[in-house]
Amino acid sequence: MLQDKDRIFTNLYGFEDSGLAGAQARGDWDGTAAIMAKGQDWIIDEMKASGLRGRGGAGFPTGMKWSFMPKKSDGRPSYLVVNADESEPGTCKDREILRNDPQKLIEGCLLAGFAMRAIAAYIYIRGEFIQERRRLQAAVDEAYAAGLIGKNACGSGYDFDVYVHHGAGAYICGEETALIQSLEGKKGQPRLKPPFPAGVGVWGCPTTVNNVESIAVAPTILRRGASWFAGLGKPNNTGTKLFCISGHVNRPCNVEEEMGIPLKELIEKHCGGVRGGWDNLLAVIPGGSSVPMLPKAICDDLPMDFDTLRGHRSGLGTAAVIVMDKSTDLIKAIARLSKFYKHESCGQCTPCREGTGWMWRVMERMVVGKAEPEEIDTLLEVTTQIEGHTICALGDAAAWPIQGLFRHFRPVVEQRIADYKARNASRPVAAE
Amino acid sequence: MSHGVAPAGPFEQPATFEFNAENKALADVIIARYPAGRQQSAIVPLLDIAQRQCGGWLPRAAMEYLSALLGMAPIRVYEVASFYTMFNMAPIGKHLVQVCTTTPCWLRGSDEVLAACKSKLGIGINQTTKDEMFSLMEVECLGACVNAPMVQINDDYYEDLTAEKTDAILDALARGETPAAGPQNGRQMSCPEGGPTTLTTLKAGE
Ligand SMILES: Cc1cc2nc3c(=O)[nH]c(=O)nc-3n(C[C@H](O)[C@H](O)[C@H](O)COP(=O)(O)O)c2cc1C
Ligand code: SF4
Ligand code: FES
Repeated sequence: MLQDKDRIFTNLYGFEDSGLAGAQARGDWDGTAAIMAKGQDWIIDEMKASGLRGRGGAGFPTGMKWSFMPKKSDGRPSYLVVNADESEPGTCKDREILRNDPQKLIEGCLLAGFAMRAIAAYIYIRGEFIQERRRLQAAVDEAYAAGLIGKNACGSGYDFDVYVHHGAGAYICGEETALIQSLEGKKGQPRLKPPFPAGVGVWGCPTTVNNVESIAVAPTILRRGASWFAGLGKPNNTGTKLFCISGHVNRPCNVEEEMGIPLKELIEKHCGGVRGGWDNLLAVIPGGSSVPMLPKAICDDLPMDFDTLRGHRSGLGTAAVIVMDKSTDLIKAIARLSKFYKHESCGQCTPCREGTGWMWRVMERMVVGKAEPEEIDTLLEVTTQIEGHTICALGDAAAWPIQGLFRHFRPVVEQRIADYKARNASRPVAAE
Repeated sequence: MSHGVAPAGPFEQPATFEFNAENKALADVIIARYPAGRQQSAIVPLLDIAQRQCGGWLPRAAMEYLSALLGMAPIRVYEVASFYTMFNMAPIGKHLVQVCTTTPCWLRGSDEVLAACKSKLGIGINQTTKDEMFSLMEVECLGACVNAPMVQINDDYYEDLTAEKTDAILDALARGETPAAGPQNGRQMSCPEGGPTTLTTLKAGE
């Protein structure tokens, strides 16, 4: 198990002072200017060597992403945009950073922004996080007052601003190009890539969008060294990770653990076990609502990392672990996610706009069993027509949970349909 | 993305709108966060402030005022306001009760929480009580899933709910009290109930 001395988020639960003095006592802002003095290339190389992969869901290597930003300005300024939209069902980790460890995020903005030669960071926080936004703004004000950001940040000679921006309710604004549109004061609708944000981002300027956790872990990595971070977890899946464990466990919680921790250990150590015991487990959605569920048999021995979960045709995603015990109606659990994606589709692409609504309606019928067995294959066929055929990954995200359900629990749906037929067989009038 | 809480009854669009002095000053601070000429970026934060000044909804006059203030075509402002679910186009109750019913909350009893709200308030989803004290909405994941089930009421999250706890919160609000937000089962934020399993060996400093 990860030792406390290797935990980055030492105020995860807000037991300690989240203000600047408390943060500094916990080691934040220690020697920041000295790190900057090592130069942009050193920082980016160190981030690459740490093996950190983006914590926003896709797991793209952070150091490499930073290296895509222009080294010389063509006259346009560069920007860092921090994605604090946190809206993937199951996910509630960035919220803890925003309210309990905000100085880690702000210091991370300076170091990442400096490494990418950005002039400012905009932290885009979801509209509903109103108290968190106030807390974060207070933390930014404190950092300015202490000279840590702003002109000559930390006495480094580098000028860097940090601004808090917010949305107003729209899951799709978490997608990076939609987030940029939204930051520009438009509807949050994704756009096609290329051009990638590193070339043309916010206000037409080079931009990197990173998740809150990706940025907030950077200062500790740079202080303690890439080899420290890379020594945790395993190759290509390094470091520590915030896990959000929700659903049918005895004590749902957020916790920072080592990448690759076995799922069973994660749940039994920190959550008091599955409700009713491990054998009462039915299935787990291991990385937020977008990733396919896995049945208990796979969960029995399941290291929680990007590559292992990918190997099981699921994903680590945001590391939001949604636990479902044997009392769960899995069809209903997934139908509710289908409703979510239908509600959140921005409507630009026909397969997503029409497909999410269609899939949701079929899933609702399958919940009661009012379907023909052949419709299962039609539904799966539709998921593959949406997947990969849309502007953004919301289409994929809507397709995958349904695919996961049928991959592992198809007989459950077939039984539901058969039961419905049996119940209604005695009736003379057929269904519509 | 469309939504809409129905008002308690017929309502009038005010003829004019203007930020009060405090909000005007706040708006200036916000606009200054964006590069020169990019003031449109401030539209969502300013719509939020306007909605607060108007008691929870956005009259047409407020959107027109912001279109002039930011130099945006009025249609662009309406478009943005209607895209985001947190903007209300008609008056709502004093307390906007938003029940999260997405899967992680549903797994832990959001059906009971929603039922408690309906029966206590005597209204359905997207309705407002006659006395204009409460409006009820069903919403998607609010990013507090390990504290499920939960509801947002105005600016605050009420977490780790049961039907009884929900009743108690609504009763307190009806009496004009301000019930304490956050977890309702006595735990600390997203820490495991009963106490942390980590961060127990650290003292401030490392
Ligand atoms: C529909 C959709 C919603 C997303 N929501 C979020 C979000 O809330 N937070 C987040 O960090 N990334 C979200 N992402 C991923 C972002 O597009 C982007 O990949 C991420 O912010 C990059 O950060 P990282 O490299 O640090 O992981 C979402 C992606 C999609 C397709
Ligand atoms: S995939 Fe869906 S959410 Fe994404 S751009 Fe297309 S319609 Fe919008
Ligand atoms: S599902 Fe309700 S807060 Fe996430």
